[in-house]
Amino acid sequence: MTTTTLPPTPKTAPVSAPRGGISDRARAERKLGWMLAGPAFVVMMAVTAYPILQAVYYSLFNYRLTDPENKSFVGLGNYWVILTDSLWWQAVLVTVFITVVTVVVELVLGFALALVMSKALQALRPILRAAILIPYAVITVVSAFSWQFAFSITTGFVNNWFAWLPGIGADTDWFGGKWTSLLVICLSEIWKTTPFISLLLLAGLAQVPDVLQEAAQVDGATWWQRLFRVTIPNMKAAIMVALLFRSLDAFRIFDSIFVMTAGANGTESVSFLAYRQTISRVEIGMGSAVSVLLFLCVVLIAFGFIKGFKIDLAQARGEG
Amino acid sequence: MAATTVLASSLAACGGDGGGGAPTLTWYINPDSGGQAEIASRCTDAANGQYKIDVSQLPRNSDGQREQLVRRLAAQDSSIDIMSLDVPFAPELSQAGFLAPVPEDLASRVTEGVFPGSVATATWNDKLVAVPFWSNTQLLWYRKSVAQAAGLDMTQPVTWEQLITAATSQDKLLSAQGRRAESLTVWLNALIESAGGHIIAQNSTDPDKIELGLDSAAGQRAAAVMHDVGASGVVGPAFSTSSEDTSASQFESPDAGFMVNWPYVWAQAKTKVEAGTLDKSVPADYGWTLYPRVDAGTPSAPPLGGINLGVSAFSKHVDFAFAATECISSDENQAYYMTTNGNPASSAAVYDDPEVQKVFPMADTIRESLAAAAPRPLTPYYSEVTGGIQREYHPPSSVDPQVTPKKAAALINAVLRGDQLL
Repeated sequence: MTTTTLPPTPKTAPVSAPRGGISDRARAERKLGWMLAGPAFVVMMAVTAYPILQAVYYSLFNYRLTDPENKSFVGLGNYWVILTDSLWWQAVLVTVFITVVTVVVELVLGFALALVMSKALQALRPILRAAILIPYAVITVVSAFSWQFAFSITTGFVNNWFAWLPGIGADTDWFGGKWTSLLVICLSEIWKTTPFISLLLLAGLAQVPDVLQEAAQVDGATWWQRLFRVTIPNMKAAIMVALLFRSLDAFRIFDSIFVMTAGANGTESVSFLAYRQTISRVEIGMGSAVSVLLFLCVVLIAFGFIKGFKIDLAQARGEG
Repeated sequence: MAATTVLASSLAACGGDGGGGAPTLTWYINPDSGGQAEIASRCTDAANGQYKIDVSQLPRNSDGQREQLVRRLAAQDSSIDIMSLDVPFAPELSQAGFLAPVPEDLASRVTEGVFPGSVATATWNDKLVAVPFWSNTQLLWYRKSVAQAAGLDMTQPVTWEQLITAATSQDKLLSAQGRRAESLTVWLNALIESAGGHIIAQNSTDPDKIELGLDSAAGQRAAAVMHDVGASGVVGPAFSTSSEDTSASQFESPDAGFMVNWPYVWAQAKTKVEAGTLDKSVPADYGWTLYPRVDAGTPSAPPLGGINLGVSAFSKHVDFAFAATECISSDENQAYYMTTNGNPASSAAVYDDPEVQKVFPMADTIRESLAAAAPRPLTPYYSEVTGGIQREYHPPSSVDPQVTPKKAAALINAVLRGDQLL
């Protein structure tokens, strides 16, 4: 059995389109479009493009905030220092680990939650949605503190509750080792952002045409077959957008690490390194270079997703 | 006449609040139990309408305080007049030109009778750059019952080695701070200074010329003690994440034996007794003495903390701000602050105050400890030094006296040269 999707509807050309170009009306609409979007475009340039360009500029200098007189041009020197430093690569590995683990788990869990929400009784649905969304409404720092307190050896209850599991006892020090720290960090991230993914997937589920489900059912397809051959292929765009947004988010992880371990035991993420160079050490040049590299990683992820999986962002919003 | 009018009107304009023309000084304070706000209002009254002091609160931990102040001062924020600075921060701010120079007559008045270590933390390039306000130091706290059972004579100086042995023999805890945080640097510095060395052997304003003393004989000795304590098995189950608060609560538990910590633990235990959450027999069992020695024959150099008052170079009322710091740091206000907020005075005379003696039965020990206390390295590059130490000396149980000091020194030097990330 192959996957089943609806054939794309052929786009019909406007009847009145003149041969050699666009009509006056289209031109006027395009102009109106620019006028409507223009202010937002200018604001976007001011608040995103300007800081990015400034960071790129600063990253070429040896520049300490408390010693502006000795600012000196070092070209790509900062990048060389970063890319030859094992700490950077360790941070990249930790960040990739957290991103992959959290996004995969969140996708599976989020999909299950989305299915539950879409199948739930009409009366239960609003309550269920609100309940599922609560963790996402919690501020990350607050959630990080709660998880830290829960797993802490003095204030925590986790050791007490799970003492029956092998390897966990009253003296289990979760934040004393790299992998146990990362486990708690990942758990808190998963708890907090699964609702986001499940909401995006719920929107995707709603786009799967009922006719296809019914047709598959008539053909005798089982529930699993319908899920993997009908439902998922038809919501590929929604899944990819959810994955893309979450991956970009997860790659920039900072708060949970800052609160729970402050980077101890090799749990520094790339954002944390940028923080330490820029804010703690006030080395604006070096910090900007770390930030620019982080930015490039994020661009790479976004580009990889969009090109690699051929995501059409417009389609995911139901405009396609 | 014209000049007076102009001056008066400009002062009124600068005050910004129109409150009778008196300028308002903004004092950026570290969070406390309300003591600094009260002192601000007392000094406002004492100023007889010359100026008003408002307080504005900085973040809770000292890293956050420094980060906010540095960024504001780098942008020449004129809204800051007076700042409560944690003791390691004066050199960095002063070197950057963020602190107004303390007038010489004031400097001699505000350092009179102040512990030399505290004056050192407020001094940079041989000039006083901040006004000492209060000073903190760690004591060795012990449970009298445990020390007695272990046969340890606490009237005599004790060493770290003796503490480990005593705690092990009684199966009790030796509480210290093993977390990757500033407290780790506080500990290491006290160990190195007690062993007769310094974290920075040769100081310089040029980051390339700073020579570290971590890998000296004293540095290796300090690392060995840190390792022995960390690996002793009597420091509790989560030593690599244990902070001052962890130590304090460990010391209130039945497993308590010995602890190095700041004097706030006394006030905390007292408060808990009043609230009914701690039995009064617990603080009654608390004993205190000077910080443990590294070598039996050499007196210890206890940790030194506290707050100095800096005046911003970008303040519009530098003169009034300095007048205010003199009022804030008066012996009277230091005594008030010590008895109500539990923060020890930097002026030695305050410890003779009967009220201070009553609230702090260990006042004389604190005074003795502060007189012997050694500051952490004074350098404009403090965040690199402490960051490097925290990275290499954590967790304490994995410290190797032959390897760790060498690695830490190499890392810090590389970071200072801009060859490595931190």
